[in-house]
Amino acid sequence: MRAVPLLEVDDVSKRFGGIVALDGISLDVGAGEIVGLIGPNGAGKTTAFNVITRLSAPDSGDVRFDGETLLRTRPNAVVRRGIARTFQNVELFRGLTVAENVRVGAHARRGEHSVDDVIYYVGISSVRHRLADGLPYGTQKRVELARALASSPRLILLDEPAGGLNHEEVEDLGAFLRRFRTDFDVTILLVEHHMGLVMGLADRVHVLDFGRKIAEGTPREVQADPAVIQAYLGTAA
Amino acid sequence: MIVVAFTWAEFAEQVAAGLASGAVYASLALALVLIFRTTGAINFAQGEMATFTTFIAWSLMNHGLGFWAAFPIVLVIAFVGGIGIERTLMRPFERGPVVSAAIVTLGLALVLNGLMSVIWGGADRTFNGGFSTRTVKIAGAHISIQYIGMVAVLFVLVALLAVFFRFTKVGLALRAASLNPDSSRLVGIRVGWMFALGWGLAAVVGAIAGLMIAPIESLGPDMMQVILLYAFAAAVLGGLDSPVGAVVGGLLLGLVITLLGRYVGYVGQTLKLPVALLLILALLVVRPGGLFGRVAARRV
Repeated sequence: MRAVPLLEVDDVSKRFGGIVALDGISLDVGAGEIVGLIGPNGAGKTTAFNVITRLSAPDSGDVRFDGETLLRTRPNAVVRRGIARTFQNVELFRGLTVAENVRVGAHARRGEHSVDDVIYYVGISSVRHRLADGLPYGTQKRVELARALASSPRLILLDEPAGGLNHEEVEDLGAFLRRFRTDFDVTILLVEHHMGLVMGLADRVHVLDFGRKIAEGTPREVQADPAVIQAYLGTAA
Repeated sequence: MIVVAFTWAEFAEQVAAGLASGAVYASLALALVLIFRTTGAINFAQGEMATFTTFIAWSLMNHGLGFWAAFPIVLVIAFVGGIGIERTLMRPFERGPVVSAAIVTLGLALVLNGLMSVIWGGADRTFNGGFSTRTVKIAGAHISIQYIGMVAVLFVLVALLAVFFRFTKVGLALRAASLNPDSSRLVGIRVGWMFALGWGLAAVVGAIAGLMIAPIESLGPDMMQVILLYAFAAAVLGGLDSPVGAVVGGLLLGLVITLLGRYVGYVGQTLKLPVALLLILALLVVRPGGLFGRVAARRV
């Protein structure tokens, strides 16, 4: 029996008009874990992130962080509870410099790591005075990660951190995330399409398909699950 | 083209006068840019808001306060008023079409104009400013202390705003909120209040413009109407999203209009405005984003 998980999503449903984006999803993330959230396109992964970070309110169910509901926390107060995220399509402040982007990250919550430390740690010191606009995509993703880290989160949600990265960058990312979980004492929930990365990195994986959770387990268990194989490869004839 | 008798001393005096009125256009343009940048709205009420606060200053001075004693009080009232307007009138249109917000500001301008007539009457009044109207002799030219003061106030204002936006936490948060509201919420910024703060600052900057121009124009409910046109022209000239552009555009416009009116015979006092606007039009054909603005590039 595990202790109370850091994050619990409890029977959450969310519909947009006639489309059921999340259909009674439950999942949990324990403190210090790296948990993967995978599933085909449209499975509801990003919607789940939006519900957890309060950009989107669920129709039913509860989201608890550290045993307490998040649903009464306003979006701008989520970061104070210790949750930060990155976006699938990189949502930087384009008119601000790299250093300013990271400084904004520390707006509401400043931890033991200074903005300069974070910039150095993520490896973007050389571009710190450049505008975030126009940097290579991989670098922009690092800036976004640095912005999230600047608030010293206890839980960080990464939406497709490997998306748009080349093979070498993905390998670096895997090593980086493992190192940074220890260095920053942070829990990671990541949505990712890059199976190599998820399977090598995650302690546990939750699999979504059409808004439902179809499997949960270690990467090895999930990979062997017939329901998962069917979701990814289509119905067997 | 007839050039009237020319002396360098008089030219310098004209330049000073042009820069002084330009400083007022620049301040009001800066107010427009502040609101446009933070909320994406065009504030047609900026002129009446400035006139309204100038009337408040007039009333305070009528009750025995000096200009510089009334000055900070009026700025605080403007700040609170600007925030109040955003939180009550503009907030419902925050996520709506830009046109709705613009129409609301037009309505606000009419309401404020009417209110001023009701409270203070429609007649023009004289307004004693904070600077002496005596002149100092600089290299043979007689330059009004008032003109020097007006330009100095603009530069102090610009410097304070630059420090605020660049070096303070709130200034940075305000810029972030205008660039990307969702990401701003996630880092803990109260985006709605940042929009309100933008309005408050714009109201303060506009109020300063009103207090500077009132001694030159006479104070009446319509005092800022033509000046608002100049300010729009200045803001567009500089690039509607660029504070530096608003300042350069305002000073340039004041200078060009004054010099055209004085030295180009057939332009004179009556045609200086259309000619200046024609010049801006010509510039915008060459540089659609204005002098300092960025042309929105769309990825296709």
